[in-house]
Amino acid sequence: MNAKRLIMTGNEAIARGAYEGGVTVGTAYPGTPSTEILENLALYEEVDCNWSPNEKTALEVAIGASMEGARVLAAMKHVGVNVAADPLLTLSYTGVGGGLVLVSADDPGMHSSQNEQDNRHYARFAKIPLLEPSDSQEAKDYVIAALEISEKFDTPVILRSTTRISHSRSTVIPGERKEHEVKGFKKNPAKYVMLPGFARLRHPLVEERLLALQEEAEKSPLNRIEQGSKEIGIVCSGVAYQYAREALPEASFLKLGFSHPLPKRKVREFAAMVEQIIVIEELDPFFEEQLLAMHLDVPVRGKELFGLLGELGAEIIREKILDQKVEPITVRDEIPGRPPVMCPGCSHRGVFYTLKKLKLNVMGDIGCYTLGALPPLESIDSCICMGASIGLALGMAKAKHDSAENTVAVIGDSTFLHSGITPLLDAVYNKAPITVMILDNSTTAMTGHQQHPGTGISLQGEPTPRVDLESLCSALGVKRVAEIDAFDLKELRGTIKDELEAKEPSVIIVRRPCVFLQSTFEAPPYVDREACTGCGTCIKLGCPALSLKEEKAKINNTICTSCGLCEQLCRFDAIKPAEEKAGDKIV
Amino acid sequence: MIKLSKTDILIAGVGGQGTILTGRIIAALAIAEGLDVKTAETHGMAQRGGSVITHVRIGEKVYSPLIPLADGDYLLSFEKLEALRWLPYLSPRGTVIVNTQELEPLPVLTGQTEYSTGILEEIESKAARLIAADALSIDPVSKNARMVNTFLLGILAQTMDFDKKKWLDVMEQTIKAKLVDINKQAFEAGWQFALKSG
Repeated sequence: MNAKRLIMTGNEAIARGAYEGGVTVGTAYPGTPSTEILENLALYEEVDCNWSPNEKTALEVAIGASMEGARVLAAMKHVGVNVAADPLLTLSYTGVGGGLVLVSADDPGMHSSQNEQDNRHYARFAKIPLLEPSDSQEAKDYVIAALEISEKFDTPVILRSTTRISHSRSTVIPGERKEHEVKGFKKNPAKYVMLPGFARLRHPLVEERLLALQEEAEKSPLNRIEQGSKEIGIVCSGVAYQYAREALPEASFLKLGFSHPLPKRKVREFAAMVEQIIVIEELDPFFEEQLLAMHLDVPVRGKELFGLLGELGAEIIREKILDQKVEPITVRDEIPGRPPVMCPGCSHRGVFYTLKKLKLNVMGDIGCYTLGALPPLESIDSCICMGASIGLALGMAKAKHDSAENTVAVIGDSTFLHSGITPLLDAVYNKAPITVMILDNSTTAMTGHQQHPGTGISLQGEPTPRVDLESLCSALGVKRVAEIDAFDLKELRGTIKDELEAKEPSVIIVRRPCVFLQSTFEAPPYVDREACTGCGTCIKLGCPALSLKEEKAKINNTICTSCGLCEQLCRFDAIKPAEEKAGDKIV
Repeated sequence: MIKLSKTDILIAGVGGQGTILTGRIIAALAIAEGLDVKTAETHGMAQRGGSVITHVRIGEKVYSPLIPLADGDYLLSFEKLEALRWLPYLSPRGTVIVNTQELEPLPVLTGQTEYSTGILEEIESKAARLIAADALSIDPVSKNARMVNTFLLGILAQTMDFDKKKWLDVMEQTIKAKLVDINKQAFEAGWQFALKSG
């Protein structure tokens, strides 16, 4: 075996492909499962990488770099492409300078997402090519192919990954980097200035390009027929190919790597080789509908077998096509669930405890704090998309029902800077007396603690100007901006009540760094078992370090970070700071 | 013992316990042995103290990164309840290696439900082989609880077919330099534990 083989996640391989392909600029906003692409690309000193405040900006930065002639990669999760869709759809018209690859990391099964949209549709929508790797080696190679297609056909290219590509490891044979010369910007208004007059001239070029791309897809080695038995012909792409290949070793395959525009002649060639076609694809019938519209001479099935939801796997393919059912070991029905939870010492816990106690309607947002929707805190009433909390609260205020008076918007620092500023401006401009809580934990926590413009540190860990949230809100015209400590329950309760009564927009910035950013903690408090009545009030915090054992509260010393919330809650003074402890630890 | 064609290893645990690193070490070993390998990992939201699973598949040629239901040769679990939860992914001929530590999930901590009893008995009655270890009571894991993963890896390694030295070499390449020695000790402790369990 080749000694040079490395093992890489799909995300590492995408970064490697960008490096080898001569990319000099990388942009992204963090989002699972895409985050590690830019983190890995940033490790190559030849590539200038930056976190953008959101995906739209990330793609715009990528477009600018491409116009200068640089090869560039922008990475985002599937819903991030929605944010970047505005520049993307017109980028299709302008085309590129240097090669531009947009990585869309989709999340079938919603491991860490609010929906499971199928972003292959964006390629059709924008009339641009789509590449779908099925393992890490292809992830690397396809980035290089995408850069070449991008320049050859003057088009952005979508490279679509999914969770099982991005977060799977497989072998990769690395190659050398090929430098790409950046030639600088050449003025070309007819190409880059999409006034209606110019855009009308570009649209026909987009349609011609699509036909040329189809010809390219017909002969591309990324689309290949693997001839097996003629009884079943499988059409598939991405990780579904791997599932199907494992389940159906005898079948014939049309593996689509360059999957939009669809290579129709290749499909017909394949159809002539088999007795029936089964399309195996996760989520939407993207290929199936196109194949059905071609009126092939053989029957085409897909979604009637596999449905439209979630991920596939080898076992479901065996079951639906070969009628082979496995009989797994069965275990008891009642196994306690283990949902994700806010960490011990999480700065969000006290906020959601307080919001629940105040019985408020809470418009939530995207981040670790969305876990505030789960028991026992159960105090988030909506989660739609990045930044939606503020717009929703504003809309509720506009609907003028009494319940709006008991409504707050809750948004994290990174999410606020991503897309919370505009709706807050809207609230000020339209005089809506909403209360917005910015939960500032000084990081993008959920995706693994990335920097953002509010942290004052760049992706490379270098100091950079830090946006001051208080001044920012004031500049937007918010007159009432309070700053409070996330661990002070009394102040939290008092401030929220005060601001709800205000007749103008107000912002409460709730501060405490994410517990992950801290490495040393004070000694944990202890439970005075004499004083503890076992009332269970502290347990309602939903802290993994707290439990009720033999009708007394118990603190797990190994994970407690001494945030002090339980001490503040105890009416019987039974949770005492470490220094008050007399004799042996009781906990 | 390892099947030549393919070995499927499930690594179960609680977010933050280090299942991904263990998967990386096994994958690196497979590469060093000239085999094909794929893994699938849990990132993102579930990592916040949720139930997590890493799939590792080794063989001459591996297609799917996911281990199908009832296909696992090994279930390596860092926590007792998680071993039970993921048992349906193990083949009835498979081996369970479990750290008997109980980490109570939030619904248990808050008193909504109770931690399951009789877990080991149930696993023993359903899996072909069970190796259960109270890793936290065994040196050096007793001194450094983060060594649970390499301790369990030592058990797994002893029951597989690869050369012990290769495992140690791969650990040296995969683990941060200052942590290599203690990880090797934990691995050795696991190896010895497996020998004693027959």
